[in-house]
Amino acid sequence: MTNAPLNDVSQFISWFDENLKTIGRNDMPRWRELRKQAIKALETTGLPKPTDERWRNTDIAKQLSIPYEQHYEDFQIGLDVEKIFACEVPDLDTFLITMVNGWYAYRNSALRILPSGTIIGSLSRALRDAPELVEAHLGRYAKIEDNPFAALNTAFASDGIFIFVPDNTVVSKPIQMVNVVDHPENLFMQTRNLVIVGRNSHLELVHCDDSHNHTAGFTNSLTEVYIGENAGVDYYKMQNVNDHSTVLHSAWFNLERDARLNSFAISLNGGLIRNESFVTLNGTGADANICGLFLMDKKQQTDNLVFVDHAAPNCTSSELFKGILDDYARGVFNGHILVRPGAQQTVAYQSNRNILLTDKARVNTQPFLEIYADDVKCSHGATVGQLDSEAMFYLRSRGIGEENARMLLMYAFAAEVVGKIKIEILRDRIDDLVKKRLRGELSICDQCVLHCSKPDQPVVFEIDMSKI
Amino acid sequence: MLLQIKDLHAGINGKEILRGVNLEVNAGEVHAIMGPNGTGKSTLASVIAGRELFDVTQGDVIFKGHSILEMPVEQRAREGIFLGFQYPVEIPGVSITNFMRTALNEIRKYRGLEPLSGAAFLARMEEKKKLVEIQTKLTNRSVNEGFSGGEKKKNEIFQMAMLEPTLSILDETDSGLDIDALRIVANGVNALRSEDNSIVVITHYQRLLEYIVPDIVHVLYEGRIVKTGGKELALELEEKGYEWIKKEMEGR
Repeated sequence: MTNAPLNDVSQFISWFDENLKTIGRNDMPRWRELRKQAIKALETTGLPKPTDERWRNTDIAKQLSIPYEQHYEDFQIGLDVEKIFACEVPDLDTFLITMVNGWYAYRNSALRILPSGTIIGSLSRALRDAPELVEAHLGRYAKIEDNPFAALNTAFASDGIFIFVPDNTVVSKPIQMVNVVDHPENLFMQTRNLVIVGRNSHLELVHCDDSHNHTAGFTNSLTEVYIGENAGVDYYKMQNVNDHSTVLHSAWFNLERDARLNSFAISLNGGLIRNESFVTLNGTGADANICGLFLMDKKQQTDNLVFVDHAAPNCTSSELFKGILDDYARGVFNGHILVRPGAQQTVAYQSNRNILLTDKARVNTQPFLEIYADDVKCSHGATVGQLDSEAMFYLRSRGIGEENARMLLMYAFAAEVVGKIKIEILRDRIDDLVKKRLRGELSICDQCVLHCSKPDQPVVFEIDMSKI
Repeated sequence: MLLQIKDLHAGINGKEILRGVNLEVNAGEVHAIMGPNGTGKSTLASVIAGRELFDVTQGDVIFKGHSILEMPVEQRAREGIFLGFQYPVEIPGVSITNFMRTALNEIRKYRGLEPLSGAAFLARMEEKKKLVEIQTKLTNRSVNEGFSGGEKKKNEIFQMAMLEPTLSILDETDSGLDIDALRIVANGVNALRSEDNSIVVITHYQRLLEYIVPDIVHVLYEGRIVKTGGKELALELEEKGYEWIKKEMEGR
C-alpha cells in the first residue's frame, strides 16, 4: 500500500518498480510485457495536462493532488459484501458481480461457468484458469501510447471482471457489474475488465459505479470489449457517486463483421466523471449506437469523449449525448469520428445537445470529423441552450407552475436517451432515477439500479409540490 | 361581467401592436374577433393569457372583477382562462396524460380541491376524448408530437374540455383544418358552451362561425376594435372582404 498524491509520474514509476512483484503476481508473459510498455508510455506522456488536446476542458490537477491510498493487493479482510447489499431489491434479474473498493468481492471463488459455457469471474482468476482467452484479447484494444490513464491502468491493475460468452450463445439475463466504494480513507482504485463475446452471441451488461460514503474516491477503470462476428452487446454504464468522487472510465469496443453495440453512459451524480468510449468498427456491416446522459449540478463535472474508428466499409455509427447542467456544473463532449481510407458507405451521425439552467453552468462541445473516404454520409450537430420558451409558455398556460413546467421539460429532454434503453426494467428504473435526480431527491444511497421502484409499481409522474 | 378590457395598449420590442382595445365579455357569451392578418388578433389573445413576450404599456384587463395584468400565466390559467393555440407546441417526451394530470391537479390545488384519483382522472380523459372524437390512446403519446394539423387542434379542444375554463380564447382554431376536422372541433366547442362560460373565437374567416355561432362579432383593425355587431357582421365581412374595412377606416 502507498498513500500519497498522484500528481507525480516519477512517483508512479518508483511505486511500480517497488511493487511489481505484488502487482504482477498472477501475470502471464503478455501482461508483464504490457506493463513495461505502459510504464514507458507514461514516462513519455506524463499525466494529462490542460495543454493536451483531449484534456483541454477538464483540469484534473486538483483531483490528482489529494493523497490517496493505493493498494496493490486485495486488502479487505472480513468485509461482508452481503451486508453492503442487504437492502437490495432483486427485481432486476441479473447475474450480479460485485467489486468492493476495486477488488473482486469473492476473490477466492472459482470462475462461474453457466450451462451455456459463459464464464463470469475475476480477471485475476481468469489469468490462472483461462489464460488462452485472456492472452488472445488483453491489451489488444486499449491503446496506451497516448492515453496516460489507460497506461496507468495497464501498468498497475491486477484485478477486475472477466466475462466470456462462447459462440452462438444468448446470455439469458443481463450481467451486472457493480463497483462499490466503501472505505474510511480516500482510495485510488484501478480495475481492469475484459469482456469477450463470441460470434452470433448476445450479452447485456450493466456496469455501475457507486459510493457508500463521502470520501474522495478516485476510480480509474478500463474495460475492453470484444464483439465477435454478428454478435451484439448492450452496455449500460451507470454512475451515481458522491460529489467528492472522481470516476475515469475508458471502454474499448472492438466490433467484428456485422457486430452490434448499444452503449449508454448515464451519469447522475459525481464530482468529476470522465467516460471515454473508443469504438473500432473493424468488420464490414458493424453498427454502433453510443448514447450518453449527464445531469450535473453544484460544481460537478462530466466529460464524455467518444472516438469512433470506421476501419471497415459499410458500417454505421450514431452518437447521442445529452446534458442538463445546473448551478456551476460543467460538461464536456468530445466526439471524434475517423473514417479510414477504404471505409466506403460509412454512415456516421453525432449529436450533442445541452441545456444550461444557469448562466454560470458551462458546456464545451467539440465535434471532430476526420474523413479519408469519399462515399460516406457523416453529420454532426451540437446545441447549447436554455429550455424552450415556447414550450414553457404552453405548459404554463395550462396552469402548470414555472418550476414544474421546467421539470417536465427537463425530464422530457432526458427521456429521449432513457427511452432507447432496451431492458425494460432497467429503463423504468433509470427513468425513475432521472425524475428523482431532477427533483433533487436522489441520494447516493439510491444504489444505482439496485434500490429503485419495483417494476410492478410503475412510477407515475406526479410532482410533489412540497419538494419545490 | 366576466372580462373587461379597457384601452389596452401592448407591443413587442417597443413596437406598438394593440392601440387601445376595448372589449366586454359577459358570462355565457360567444364572441368572435375577426380582422385581416397582422392587426393584432393573436397578440390580444397572448396578452390576455399572460405571455411575457409582450409589454402592456397602457390600459387594463379585468377578469372576474380583478386586474390580471400582474398575474403570471399559470395563475391566469388557474383562475379559469384558457388559450387555444394557433400553433400548438410539440413537446417530445411529455405524455399528454402527465401533462393534463399535472395541470389539472395544480388548478385543483389552487382552488383548494383534492387531486383527482388516478381512476377518476382516466375516466375524465376517456369522456373528454369522445367529445372531440379522439380515438387513439393518448396515454403514451407525447404532447402534439407527430400530430397532424387536425389532431393538434382537436387536442387543444380536448385540453379545454379537461380543464373546464370559464373563459376560452381560441386563436385561429380553424386554420389548417379540413371540413371534417372543422366540424368535429366546432362540435366540441359547442358542447362546452354554457351559461357560465364564455368563449372568444379569433378567426380570419367566416367559415368557422357557421359552426360556432357567435353572439357578438368584432372587427380588429390596426390594433383597435373598429366595428362590433351581431353574427350578420361576419357574413357582411365575408361578402365585402377586409378591403371594405380598410377603405372605411381610411375614409375617416
